[in-house]
Amino acid sequence: MDAIYSGSHKMNGNQACAEGSLAAGCRFLGFYPIQPCFEIVQHFADRCVDVDGTFIQMEDEISALAAVLGASWAGKKAMTVTSGPGFSLMMEHVGLGVMLETPCVIIESQRFGPSEGYPTQAGSGDVMQSRWGSHGDYEIITLSPNCPQEMFDLTVRAFNLSERYRLPVVVLADKAVGSMVEAVIIPKAEDLRLKKRKRYSGPKGKYLPYEYDKDLVPWMVKAGQGYRFHVTGLTHDEKGYPVMNAKCQEWNVHRIINKVRLFSDDIIDYEEGYTEDAEVLVVCYGSVSRAAVRAVRQVRKEGIRAGFFRLKTLWPFPEQRILELARQVRTIIVPEMNYGQAFLEVDRCSRGKAETIFVHQDFPKVRSGVDIINAIRKADVKA
Amino acid sequence: MKALEAVEKQEEIPPTEHPMDDVLRMDRIPHIWCPGCGIGLAVTAFVNALEKMQVDLDKVCVVSGIGCTGRVAGYIKTDSFHTTHGRALPFATGLKLGNPDLKIVVFSGDGDIVSIGGNHFIHAARRNIDILVICVNNFIYAMTGGQVAPTTPRSAYTTTSPFGNFETPSNIPQLAESAGAVYVARWTSLHMRRLTQSIIEGFQKPGFSMVEVISPCAMYYSRINKLGLGIDMMKFYHDNSVIKHGEPTENLDIGFQSQIIVGKFVDRERPTFSELYKGWKKEVKTVKRES
Repeated sequence: MDAIYSGSHKMNGNQACAEGSLAAGCRFLGFYPIQPCFEIVQHFADRCVDVDGTFIQMEDEISALAAVLGASWAGKKAMTVTSGPGFSLMMEHVGLGVMLETPCVIIESQRFGPSEGYPTQAGSGDVMQSRWGSHGDYEIITLSPNCPQEMFDLTVRAFNLSERYRLPVVVLADKAVGSMVEAVIIPKAEDLRLKKRKRYSGPKGKYLPYEYDKDLVPWMVKAGQGYRFHVTGLTHDEKGYPVMNAKCQEWNVHRIINKVRLFSDDIIDYEEGYTEDAEVLVVCYGSVSRAAVRAVRQVRKEGIRAGFFRLKTLWPFPEQRILELARQVRTIIVPEMNYGQAFLEVDRCSRGKAETIFVHQDFPKVRSGVDIINAIRKADVKA
Repeated sequence: MKALEAVEKQEEIPPTEHPMDDVLRMDRIPHIWCPGCGIGLAVTAFVNALEKMQVDLDKVCVVSGIGCTGRVAGYIKTDSFHTTHGRALPFATGLKLGNPDLKIVVFSGDGDIVSIGGNHFIHAARRNIDILVICVNNFIYAMTGGQVAPTTPRSAYTTTSPFGNFETPSNIPQLAESAGAVYVARWTSLHMRRLTQSIIEGFQKPGFSMVEVISPCAMYYSRINKLGLGIDMMKFYHDNSVIKHGEPTENLDIGFQSQIIVGKFVDRERPTFSELYKGWKKEVKTVKRES
């Protein structure tokens, strides 16, 4: 059987995600059982024998991500799959992954929290956790799919970004996107345009693990190739050796932040609709965006000049574009399945140029989009 | 003498070759360990073992956690990883599964392996992943300021047991054996020849091997308990140890300044994770092909 099932398929988001990872070349999955993401693992386990992949159920989520980092240094494209409580446990290794600059992908299928919360219902309360969950200063990339096709596409993109920037990349899905069944078009292997990490192939004695050039990303080698490198989670110099002084701290952390910040235009991806003449803007992402986009289309029929802005990358946040739109529109509405997380960012980025309104969405109410429609109408009447 | 003459004449000291140059990162020496610490001896034994076996050092990976012993990875010139506290074993598990040709050694302390990484230790041993664990046991958390450890003997003083420790310590060899390790040995840091031999045996044994090294902490454990210099403690541990190969591991508890039983306790055969995984994969492939 092939690594890629190219063609059109009817599958759910979780299966599409597993297929996306295999198509992107993922050959290692470390995980710990949790719901509602587990179908991804099931599908991967079923298919990985065909492609000579490896999967291992670790003793907890802490070790699941640790094993993924290890496999990545052994040269494999690797990922882990989890949900809210497991993601909390993984935070220590998100930090290690950032510090060692290890490419890997974390698929997180969100559910309601806090704590064990409501395991079988979709939520999106982990937006800020995916950005700030681990201690210290760092930048991370988080993608937000809203349909099974995007579960495939954004999983492939997550691998490409992680290889390009040598970072853990989070795909922040949720229970609803994972369970919904739609047509998924899988491109042929040669059309996928996969990215590979920057490999070092120079003389053995001269390798410096954290020497970089203008893209700010260092060259990587595999363990066992004879480069005899050292890497550490401590603040390190270009040899990878720990150095405890403020200068080195700045040298080290400045770069791992700048390698994302300075290239954020290449990373940020979003979809806009009806924004040219919009007076009311709906900023949305994930499964809520499906209802939000429909709500915008509906109020347009009523003659309300509404538009939508759908985030495909949550982090880095499209600050510039939000500010431009805030200058143009009167009101920005942010519907989310939490108590206001991306809303805080939208509020910050709009710098008071537009009124910002948060609309809380409980999952059962999301589908109808009634709250969003009402909020748009209210904003329109106020004007 | 040449060096002394050079100092007197205020000349530059000529660089001399050290027999361990090939295996140690000489650009990182001097190391961070305190005078009288036993970790250096454990490293010496490990380096001796590598040289005796004449293994391809390009295929050896050293993974460490955090703590005094956690710094070992930084001094050994193989591919080496200094990871998070207690998680050296799961990291090593991923490394081994990612590239089964690697020979992996986890070098870490008692707090790292038995306390915060205790669960990982149990499960790595249960899976029988092909990894050698060298666990340096100094009975205390040294790097963080001399706190009580899960291995601190009863009645010993530490900064967090100022009236003596009342908790029961872990017996590391027993834990390793019951979790499924195929090779378990214990030596003190002065048993250089025997320790080296055990490291060689554990390294060559397919499966999960564990070598415990009883080592003095000359800064915290010794000072608080008034046990003298590091060299005195090393000598005490060495002279108060009894070699009992094959001793049942339940008898291996260590009391405060008590007799220490050392030796090779477990040497058995069990299929390793990689063998089982390979076999399982082959089986699944045939089933899939037939269906």
